[in-house]
Amino acid sequence: MSATPASIELRHVGVQFPVFNAATLSLKNRVLSSVTGGRIQRERDRHVLVRGLDDLSFQLQAGDRVGLIGHNGSGKTTLLRVLAGIYTPTEGEVRIRGQAMALINIGLGIDPEATGRENIWLRSAMMGIPPQQTRACMDEIIEFSGLGEFIDMPFRTYSSGMQMRLAFSVSTATQPQILIMDEWLSTGDEAFRTKAEARMNDMLANTEIMILASHDPNLIRHTCSRVLWLEHGQIRQDGPPETVIPAYFG
Amino acid sequence: MLQTVRRSARDGLDDLMETLRGNYRTAILGWQEIATRYQRSRVGPFWLTINKGVLIAALSLVFGTLFGLEVDYFIPYLAIGLILWTFIAATLGDGCRAFSDSAGTILHVRIPLSTLVAIALYRNILILAHNAVIIPLVFLLFLRPVGWEALLALPGLALLWLNLGWMCLLLAVICARFRDVTEIVNNVLQVLFYLTPIIWTMDLIRDRVQMIWVVLNPFYHLIEVIRAPLLGEPVAAVSWLVTATLALAGWALALPFFGHYRKRVPYWL
Repeated sequence: MSATPASIELRHVGVQFPVFNAATLSLKNRVLSSVTGGRIQRERDRHVLVRGLDDLSFQLQAGDRVGLIGHNGSGKTTLLRVLAGIYTPTEGEVRIRGQAMALINIGLGIDPEATGRENIWLRSAMMGIPPQQTRACMDEIIEFSGLGEFIDMPFRTYSSGMQMRLAFSVSTATQPQILIMDEWLSTGDEAFRTKAEARMNDMLANTEIMILASHDPNLIRHTCSRVLWLEHGQIRQDGPPETVIPAYFG
Repeated sequence: MLQTVRRSARDGLDDLMETLRGNYRTAILGWQEIATRYQRSRVGPFWLTINKGVLIAALSLVFGTLFGLEVDYFIPYLAIGLILWTFIAATLGDGCRAFSDSAGTILHVRIPLSTLVAIALYRNILILAHNAVIIPLVFLLFLRPVGWEALLALPGLALLWLNLGWMCLLLAVICARFRDVTEIVNNVLQVLFYLTPIIWTMDLIRDRVQMIWVVLNPFYHLIEVIRAPLLGEPVAAVSWLVTATLALAGWALALPFFGHYRKRVPYWL
């Protein structure tokens, strides 16, 4: 565990997206329209700006377990990406201390042609885990996935349950300071699900800051100590689950 | 203005340094495609090498006869040029797609964007290493002697690689915003292939074309600094000068450009 405690600070953060269409993604069109000076063309080409987040300010400290709720399009995913350091806000300032890990798409980086073992390397490299650490975790990951001999077979030959088990085992092998999730990870058959649940809870207990976006009121109630309700890219309500959840779910 | 440029350049450099510190990422992810090819067939990427060999043999036959050239010079000349050109074209093509094809990665993991460009460069270097096997074979076939001056090809290769680095960084950003640039680059490369002395030699055109048109083409120099030493010919000072200046100027341009726009790239995907 790192010496400095994790913290996140957002100050007047705003995010604006350009939304491109086929025409604005083309350099040829851009050049043509500036040459012909056609007014109609230019009107159609003007790309739309969508406001994803609007003047968000809040602080998170070690020990915070934050639930993110809100309707589709309220800015949850955008905020998760800002917190993971993927989006740099177009306005305001973000300060993230501590090493963050986003468990959003655990299948990312997996190559179906490669063996299970190679995929452990690939997925770990993708997440930015140094090779020494991957080497140290290797046996534990294989053990946890329960794949046994199959670990040296190509990933595409696995059943979908086995594929999920491997992806889960690699993705949760390292403990981040800041854990960012879009919905809870649950996977596999009954036996594996129990094991996975235990590991998730373990991870949650050891992570300093957890941010979880979810549509499940019970999950938020059980795992979070603070809930942010987003609406139109702004915080509608910020408080303990007991007050925000009834207000949101009605 | 100058301050903005300087800050952008520092931003770009920071990203690049992060890539260098995390070079295991580049190594593991760059090797992957090659590993997959080895998995599908035992000769792996050497399939491409075999294809290249066949192409070189065919072109040598056609153009060697057409131009009435000495085969023991022309075939090695063509082999080196063609292998280098394949490397250049493939690297620039992959550079164009470095960001636009990695939307999934960029939007789900925090990864320095220059790492994706480094992966494209590394992968193509590995493929070049496979294709380059043809060169000693051709030399052996024609019993062409190789002198110590052939070692000059190594700094030449380093210069080519440095130049491709900034070109890819620049193209990756531009192609993430304007998707049709990938096609434009492909077209330009296709034309450049014929404009660059690869399947023809300078001697053939000396009387007919003003030399300046060839000398203005930077890709001529980028190939020449590797090909000439291998063939035991002296490299013109102008070629070293052009490639080195191009590398310096290119990075001086690409670094602030990349630093300025790298924060916008995730929003474009």
